[in-house]
Amino acid sequence: MIETHDLTKQFDGFVAVEGVNLNVEAGEVLALLGPNGAGKTTTVRMLTSILKPTRGTARVAGYDVVAQPEQVRAHVGVLTENHGLYLRMKAREYLYFFGELCGLDKPAQHRRAEELTERFGLLGALDRRLGEYSKGMRQKLALVRSMLHDPPVLLLDEPTSAMDPFSARQVRDAIAELRGDGRTIVLCTHNLPEAEELADRIAIIRRGKIIALGTELELKSELLGPPLIELQLAQNLDGVVENLSDIVQVESQGDAWLCYRTMQPEIVNPQVVQRIVSQGMQIISLGRVVRSLEEVYLRVVESDDAL
Amino acid sequence: MAMLAPSIEQTGAGPRRWLHVLLWNFSRVLMITRREVVDMFRDWRIVVPTLILTVLFPYIANWGAGRMLSWLNQYDAQLIGERLIPFLLMVVGFFPSSFSLIIALESFVGEKERRSLEPLLATPLTDAQLYMGKMLSSTIPPLSGSLVGIAVYLFGVNRSINWSPPPVLLIQILLLTALQALVMVAGAVVVSSQSTSVRAANLLASFIIIPMSFLIQAEAFIMFLANYYVLWWFIIGLAVVLALLVRMGVHTFSREELLGRELDEFNLLETAKSWVKLTLARRPKEQRRTVWRWYRDEVLGVIWRFRLEMLVLMIALGAAYYIGMQYADVFRIPPELFHLQNFEQRFQDSMEQLGLSGSKGILLIVGQNVRVMAVASLLAVFSFGVLMVIILMVPIALSSFLVTQMLGAGIDPLGTFATLIPHIVLEIPAVVVAGAAALRLGAIVISPPPDKTLGQSWLGALADATRVWLAFVLPILLLAAIVEINVTPRIVGWFLGPG
Repeated sequence: MIETHDLTKQFDGFVAVEGVNLNVEAGEVLALLGPNGAGKTTTVRMLTSILKPTRGTARVAGYDVVAQPEQVRAHVGVLTENHGLYLRMKAREYLYFFGELCGLDKPAQHRRAEELTERFGLLGALDRRLGEYSKGMRQKLALVRSMLHDPPVLLLDEPTSAMDPFSARQVRDAIAELRGDGRTIVLCTHNLPEAEELADRIAIIRRGKIIALGTELELKSELLGPPLIELQLAQNLDGVVENLSDIVQVESQGDAWLCYRTMQPEIVNPQVVQRIVSQGMQIISLGRVVRSLEEVYLRVVESDDAL
Repeated sequence: MAMLAPSIEQTGAGPRRWLHVLLWNFSRVLMITRREVVDMFRDWRIVVPTLILTVLFPYIANWGAGRMLSWLNQYDAQLIGERLIPFLLMVVGFFPSSFSLIIALESFVGEKERRSLEPLLATPLTDAQLYMGKMLSSTIPPLSGSLVGIAVYLFGVNRSINWSPPPVLLIQILLLTALQALVMVAGAVVVSSQSTSVRAANLLASFIIIPMSFLIQAEAFIMFLANYYVLWWFIIGLAVVLALLVRMGVHTFSREELLGRELDEFNLLETAKSWVKLTLARRPKEQRRTVWRWYRDEVLGVIWRFRLEMLVLMIALGAAYYIGMQYADVFRIPPELFHLQNFEQRFQDSMEQLGLSGSKGILLIVGQNVRVMAVASLLAVFSFGVLMVIILMVPIALSSFLVTQMLGAGIDPLGTFATLIPHIVLEIPAVVVAGAAALRLGAIVISPPPDKTLGQSWLGALADATRVWLAFVLPILLLAAIVEINVTPRIVGWFLGPG
């Protein structure tokens, strides 16, 4: 659905995006992570045919971003970094206006506006002026605007920023649902737990370049090593480490706990449990040590700094 | 899913398709216009002044005209009153239309500043639809205000003093009002695309306000002279400027230009460095060139690239020569004035009096030529090159006027042209080249190359102009001045002296 090859953008000699290669399938959510000024917004603008690449190619929904800009924009819904609402307009007028620009007929404009605002809890505020909307409501309305014409590709820049936890949950649920409908979503965010929750793959962009790309597990394995498993016993370890040495290599241990790494927990963990139980010992818990995407992100950024 | 332009299957081929696509495009333009106009009328800062200018001001103008007329009648100065009434007709039309500039700046750059432009740019609208939609929305309300203002004023003067304008004058005023509004809006688009804040746009808007105020003063002068025919020239001039600005606006009003520019940052030092670098036109070390090769590529090569501009200038100068010849028949100089006793001595004395002798005279001539060309070049930048062409046409027209008179007075044609040789061989080619460089400076903003921004293109043109000036124009002007001081007086004396 989205394919880029060597996508590059320069402004007056400044390289904003360099050699980005992406392939995002239908029904996939790709999180684009990166610090401010990393090139996320420029990438999104190129994928929306708002900016022309200096070098490289990109196809969105089968259309070339340079040769077929109107087709690209017709198939993309964009939530921009700044909502840019017309504050003197009522929400209803605003949505009808954008619906009309996207070619929806009047009944479709009405239907889509009501469906989507209901989904995001804005139906009751449809006839209020946007100047009276709270920050979170404005954000939700901008999201509604991007989804009005039912686009197969959504490019969402910080979709839950400025939202209260309830609204943010509504939006995240909506994104998960859209993915289920087979839509392609690119999510630009600083919110790492959100990316972790929603994204099928994560791309980390820095100084205009993609410096890491993969699923959450792939990135964690690659950067933080294989999953870390923690075993807690009811009594002291007493010979357990030696007893398990042919199955796992213990990485750290305490009086009644130990940690080891494995790439195949589904095979290794049952063997470990069996061995411990056969020793007549009691297990309190066995589970993965939670490793956040934040660790991955920081590791990637640090190693990029070191280069 | 969003709808795109009607397909050939939907419309069929031929003119019917063309009409369908045109109407479809226009419907998209109107979507933008409608929203903007409705939004505008929700803003009291626009509504209140518009109402004042469209209703209250024409009423005051009408009342003032009546009072002025009766006051002037006391002193038998009806003529002033008669001229004042049509003049006020123009003013009541212009005042509301002047609002178009403010609305356009607010509409384009205001939206950019409020960051509401990007969602609009992300819709399937084309750049041209967006440009036209915004242009119309900035023009229609003030222009409607002008029409209402004109109607209120005409209704009032018709009732109070039973005056109606001649139909041709009314058409001229309506055309002028519409064109002025459109020119201001088209100019505002260009200004907006080069700035990211309303503050910066307002400062840059003086490029529109100053020429427009000169234009209004000139129109006022014409109105008081009641030489209404001349207004057609203003209308034609405005139409040409509008076409150029629209051409420029269509180019600059692109998504790339609008969003690619995030800051109004101007780094004078960096710009100066780039200018020097571009002027020197040095290439990487591996491509080292001899001085002659550099001169051929970067000076003569650039002059060759100016060939279209030079052709335009030569046509204009040819036209000026023709105009001078024509006026020589209208305003004749008595032939005896060309047959003076002791001409050579008197000529030399005059040269001395003017300081046109020796090295001082050379510097004086070079200085004068450089000054004229510098002013002309500066004006070219602000007028797409038009004012420079007019300035250069003036001395040619004067020369041709004089030459025709001299030939008419029976002076030897060979001698007449011999006096012009330094000008024809040296000065005029140098001026044509310098003029072409300035014309390029003025014209490049209308249509910069697609791979460069407006600023980059202009800086490149400035560097080319500087290089050509330093390496070609100045040496030739210097040579021309040497010839004019040391050779021309002898030729003049030789041919005209015995008479």
